[in-house]
Amino acid sequence: MIDQRPNPDALLARVNDKEPRTYGRLKIFFGAAAGVGKTYSMLQAAHERKAEGLDVVIGYVEPHGRKETEALVQGLEQIPYRMADYRGATLREFDLDAALVRKPQLILVDELAHTNSPDSRHMKRWQDVEELLADGIDVYATVNVQHIESLNDVVAQITGVIVRETVPDKIVEQADEIELIDLPPDELLQRLKEGKIYGATQAERAVQSFFRKGNLIALRELALRRTADRVDQQMQRYRRDHAIDATWPATTRLLVGVSASPSAPHLVRAARRMAAALRAEWVVAYVETPNELRRSEAQREQVIQTLRLAEQLGAETVTLSGEHAAEVLLSYARERNVSKIVIGKPKYPRWHELLVGSTVNKLMRMSGAIDIYVLSSDADESESVPRTAFVTSSSQGAYLWAWSAVAICTAIAWVVNPYFDPANIVMLYLLGVVAVATRGGRGPSILTVMLSVAAFDFFFVPPHFTFAVSDTQYLITFGVMLLVGLVISTLTIRRQEQVLAARVRERRTAALYALSREFASLRDLGQLLPAAVRHVYDIFDSQVVILLPIGSGRLQPWGMISGWMNTIAPATVYSPSPTDQGVAQWVYDHKDMAGLGTNTLPGADAIYVPLVASERAVGVLGVRPGRRQRLAPEQVHLLETFANQTALAIARAQLAEDAQRAQVQVETERLRNSLLSSVSHDLRTPLTIITGATSSLLEEGQELDRQTRSELAQTAYDEAVRLNRLVANLLDMTRIEAGAVQVKKEWQPLEEVIGVAIARLEASEGLAEHPLSVDLPSDLPLVPIDAVLIEQVLVNLIENAVRHTPPATPISISANTAASGVVISVADQGPGFPAGSEENLFDKFYREQQNGSIRGVGLGLTICRGIITAHGGRIWAENNPAGGAVFRFSLPIEGSPPLFNIQE
Amino acid sequence: MPDQANSASSRPLILVIEDELPIRRFLRATLTSNGYQIAEAATASEGLRQAATLQPEVIMLDLGLPDRDGLEVALQLRTWTTTPIIVLSARGQESDKIAALDAGADDYLTKPFGTGELLARIRVILRRAALVSLPGSSEPVVTVGDLRIDLALRQVWLADQEIHLTPIQYNLLRALARHVGKVMTHKQLLHEAWGSGYEADSQYVRVYMSQLRHKLEADPTRPRYLLTEPGVGYRLKLDV
Repeated sequence: MIDQRPNPDALLARVNDKEPRTYGRLKIFFGAAAGVGKTYSMLQAAHERKAEGLDVVIGYVEPHGRKETEALVQGLEQIPYRMADYRGATLREFDLDAALVRKPQLILVDELAHTNSPDSRHMKRWQDVEELLADGIDVYATVNVQHIESLNDVVAQITGVIVRETVPDKIVEQADEIELIDLPPDELLQRLKEGKIYGATQAERAVQSFFRKGNLIALRELALRRTADRVDQQMQRYRRDHAIDATWPATTRLLVGVSASPSAPHLVRAARRMAAALRAEWVVAYVETPNELRRSEAQREQVIQTLRLAEQLGAETVTLSGEHAAEVLLSYARERNVSKIVIGKPKYPRWHELLVGSTVNKLMRMSGAIDIYVLSSDADESESVPRTAFVTSSSQGAYLWAWSAVAICTAIAWVVNPYFDPANIVMLYLLGVVAVATRGGRGPSILTVMLSVAAFDFFFVPPHFTFAVSDTQYLITFGVMLLVGLVISTLTIRRQEQVLAARVRERRTAALYALSREFASLRDLGQLLPAAVRHVYDIFDSQVVILLPIGSGRLQPWGMISGWMNTIAPATVYSPSPTDQGVAQWVYDHKDMAGLGTNTLPGADAIYVPLVASERAVGVLGVRPGRRQRLAPEQVHLLETFANQTALAIARAQLAEDAQRAQVQVETERLRNSLLSSVSHDLRTPLTIITGATSSLLEEGQELDRQTRSELAQTAYDEAVRLNRLVANLLDMTRIEAGAVQVKKEWQPLEEVIGVAIARLEASEGLAEHPLSVDLPSDLPLVPIDAVLIEQVLVNLIENAVRHTPPATPISISANTAASGVVISVADQGPGFPAGSEENLFDKFYREQQNGSIRGVGLGLTICRGIITAHGGRIWAENNPAGGAVFRFSLPIEGSPPLFNIQE
Repeated sequence: MPDQANSASSRPLILVIEDELPIRRFLRATLTSNGYQIAEAATASEGLRQAATLQPEVIMLDLGLPDRDGLEVALQLRTWTTTPIIVLSARGQESDKIAALDAGADDYLTKPFGTGELLARIRVILRRAALVSLPGSSEPVVTVGDLRIDLALRQVWLADQEIHLTPIQYNLLRALARHVGKVMTHKQLLHEAWGSGYEADSQYVRVYMSQLRHKLEADPTRPRYLLTEPGVGYRLKLDV
């Protein structure tokens, strides 16, 4: 390699490793067994850090009554234990929340592998530590080698003790520092005898079981080797960073195929060790073949556990589906550029292989450049879980089918027997087998085959009505019949299972497709969320909740924020309990799944999946299956896909809303500018005139002749009146826009309102010289209106007519009853308005452009529309064919006026 | 201007309770040049004190005073004096006007108002006050233009023609005629024409007023006698 620079991709990966430096640092004190002095060393180190000025706090330390350890606890601040009640006993637990609140620089947490009491947030203490680290707190912790997940079975083999409490390897690997606390076995045993580790009786028991010298030696070797591995990795890494190594190993990727076999966890652990040794990425795949679909509940659970274990060990897990495991594995391997495939050694008998074919053989044959590793499994684990599906999947009815099919075949055969060869009778029976296989399933079809052979023998092979056979040739017939029957039924059933599997896949794909298609057509959050709920409910057959953050990031169920407004059936949603809301909040804050069926807060009623778009949590999706059933892993994966789609759609809708808000703001800004320019013009003009006229009167009043004086005064007065009208309009507009106008409807005679409007205009000389005629039918009913507001409408319309028509042209007001109320018209005989501007007339600040002399802010008609709309009516403008403009508005009459039951 | 006040004691004294100096200045200029005396108060408490000491003929009261609600001032004045009160208020404050009138105010002026309107209101108020205080105030006939209402005989004449009214129409007209020139709120009219118990239903008043107009007015949309005070009530015009 000529270029000595480090591989950029590899460097980037290292940077990404370092990147979350807002994360706390984890140091693990690692030992071969209890009693080697991990806690002691950890406390010593803590004292040193404290002496250096760090804020050090003990989160949880188990002193086991050891004196030296207890002495070291003194002098360090300790977070009080959380006391948890569990089945009557009180357990001391690490108080995670108190630690997060206290937020020291460094915290001490003993025994990473500890299992928390059921009421805790996390199942395991190492999860608590992860959260501390994520919060930026440095952690010192202790672990024994037997607790490391991938060494779990090895330890069990050595010591015969199965350790239940484990720590995932990734935690130990991600630790920034590991300090091995080593003590030779003899010294450890000595300490044990001196009672420094356990009490006397306990110590005795310990020496006999776990603390045998052989065990201790083996465990010490494991611990040393594990530490050496890590040092080796660091060395490798150092060399890589500094480009010391000239050759880059291509990234190896391991694919592990697992089945529902009980030995699968063993396979996963072994693969994990292999991947670690190869420093390879590894993927654990479960292939869902039609056969797998028939697995029993227990076996499916086994698969879930295996995949979960793999995830804990740091593997990527995937569920594939296809007809043949080998083909699916290989095509996935090629797609992901996998170089090695690991599978378990098959345990089925040889005949099975001959009959069904072997996945291993197929893999080997077709793998090409990919290496295949076949690992053995522990023999004692091989008592296999029965395929309960075999029995349960076929109902009693199906077996009845088998019996009746054979009976019918026999009956027909009996009738035709005199005319047919026995060979053709065999064919009849095979027809029966096919019929049963298409409907009944595996068990009934095998039964049919058996019964057919028996019936054939009994009824049609001489000697009749016995199972004895005179002609040995028939034995061959029986054999062939049996074999052909079995093959036919197997093939038929397999075909049906494939159809079933295809249907399941099809349903999932269709569901996803339907979801994304519906999302694509929806923009509004109020439509998106109900659609998401509907789809999730349909697919998972579970109640759903979507929680979105309001204000300061607190989550609220969407239905509570805005109400579903009848957009979904109430049965499809649920409202989470306060505990579940807490779980959802945790999910939102940590962008990680939690709740039912997960390792975090598994006590919740539902599983909560974060809705994450562009690395930002936009909400949480909760799914509550009926009867607290967990979702299968493939369902969880599907749910995640749904969550991703939903999150993207929500993010998009929110962006669209933001954009729209910005648009509205721009529009408002434009309007405001338009208002400012027009208002400032319209306010300033009369003010200028008033100022000018009155200052002339003040300064030269004595020199001006009487007529000029009165003209000036008249001008000032007219302008003041105009200004008053403008201000009134502006105020009305503001009140209408702010929604402050309350329509107080009362039954009114229209003539009175019209009369008041005319009186007001006459008083202010608004009518000038225009003759005004009023034409009201005598039978005009009372109308429910707010008289003050309708009067304003009339005043504005009449003034508008006055302003836009030449002097002395008549203006007429008329009213007539219509279907649902009354229509009032104000007509003038002026030039009318330009065709096509009928609607614009009512827009805010609209003015007719062609006539420069027109004054007014263009608010009058807008106010009219606001008032009429508030009355539930409509206002519109027409050009009168005979000339002039007509403004009409309708006022609905709802209900009936009160009865006047007063004695006359 | 005490000397002026003394020298012209026959001129009616008007007390203006108003916090805006420019409005007081305008009122002072207009009223003094039209033959009235004027006293000014910028706050409610000052106004109440002056009303007690000066005994004005008319009080002009702004509803938006800084120290106290104008309505309260009106109520307090009415506890000891019948001096006519004209309320000053802005458009859109109809409920305030009604409250003030129900509290005993005699009339109102909507800002902005012109000199003509102002002087007309004051003239009417003073004439009414004079009518009431005259020895012959029990005069049972009210005459407005061609309209003549004989309260003793319960007869209504328009020019030379007697107009027949239903009892409620007559009661309503009588209520207006008794307070000719004064604004009557819907509530006050209901109380006088129907008796207590009907005060809430202003629609009755409107319907009967409409009937009255059709009988008494030449053009009901441009009434000469029975004026509408929009949003507030009605008034029988004092002089046509």
